[in-house]
Amino acid sequence: MTRTEWSAELALPISEERDHIEGPADAPVTLVEYGDYECPYCGAAYPMVKEVQARMGDKLRFVFRNFPITTSHPHAEHAAEAAEAAAAQGRFWEMHDYLYEHQRGLTDKDLHQYAEELGLDIDRFDSELAEHVHGPRVREDFMSGVRSGVNGTPTFYVNGRRHDDSYDTETLLAALEQAKA
Amino acid sequence: MDLANDSAKATALAPGTEAPDFTLPSTPDQSVTLSEFRGQPVVLVFYPEDWSPVCSDQLALYQELLPEFQRLNAELVGISVDGIWSHLAFAKDRNLHFPLLADFEPKGEVSRRYQVYRSSDGTSERALYVVDADGIVHWSYVSPVGINPGADGILRALEELESGVTR
Repeated sequence: MTRTEWSAELALPISEERDHIEGPADAPVTLVEYGDYECPYCGAAYPMVKEVQARMGDKLRFVFRNFPITTSHPHAEHAAEAAEAAAAQGRFWEMHDYLYEHQRGLTDKDLHQYAEELGLDIDRFDSELAEHVHGPRVREDFMSGVRSGVNGTPTFYVNGRRHDDSYDTETLLAALEQAKA
Repeated sequence: MDLANDSAKATALAPGTEAPDFTLPSTPDQSVTLSEFRGQPVVLVFYPEDWSPVCSDQLALYQELLPEFQRLNAELVGISVDGIWSHLAFAKDRNLHFPLLADFEPKGEVSRRYQVYRSSDGTSERALYVVDADGIVHWSYVSPVGINPGADGILRALEELESGVTR
């Protein structure tokens, strides 16, 4: 055989300082999503992940990392930077949820409006977006995904191993329950 | 995801094999010859068809990574049996800025020489080759046709070449 096989595993370990995390650090299962805010499949996965989180409670730690494919999704990069700008003000998950709940409006004007609605320091938000302050972080997420074998969005990892099955609620739950056992 | 097609998968040319030279059209009046890239690594991306969902995701990812490939001094080309006008429309629609070569006449000839032609479907396999600066296959991989192989294998192979690792 001339094929080179490699296992698709999370190349960048989860860091409580660096990563955006919901759920306890000592949860028995960790689910990582590499996602793109403009990707319709990620939009479809969003309520499924919410459902999985609700059903697993504090048994699950959920981590989101950026994987904007700007070739296909021209607004994805700025949307990711907007979520990171919200994170800089301690409001990542609110912006994250808002973006997935308003996926069809992701122009710069929309992002500005969402930041206002969330009550962020808007001058800081606008200037960080204009200067691409969070661009390097988004790229770092993206490259960590590439090195982990992310091949499209969304890509999930269950306890560090790529989940190559469907990401509907029941399949995802089954995989997480199995990893927990 | 369709994993069922895995059984009939081809075996690509092994590392150390001389990569067969070829000339294929990239536009109606331009062509690309593999040996013209001597002196730098080349990534050959064989894919089944323009417009199919997995191909689009896979090629969009490579477009996104062009700066990384450039940093590693590598050229990247896509190859499928589609004709040149399909390639042009596809590249424009999907924002792809690397050459897509038409293995169209005689159909699939280059894919056959690289042992990645699927005669059952009349298309190429979803296969990756990294050819070194001397025109020798450094790494090859055939993915299940429904699975996007991502880019980590390509980047690893290119980094090996850059650091002088031979196989």
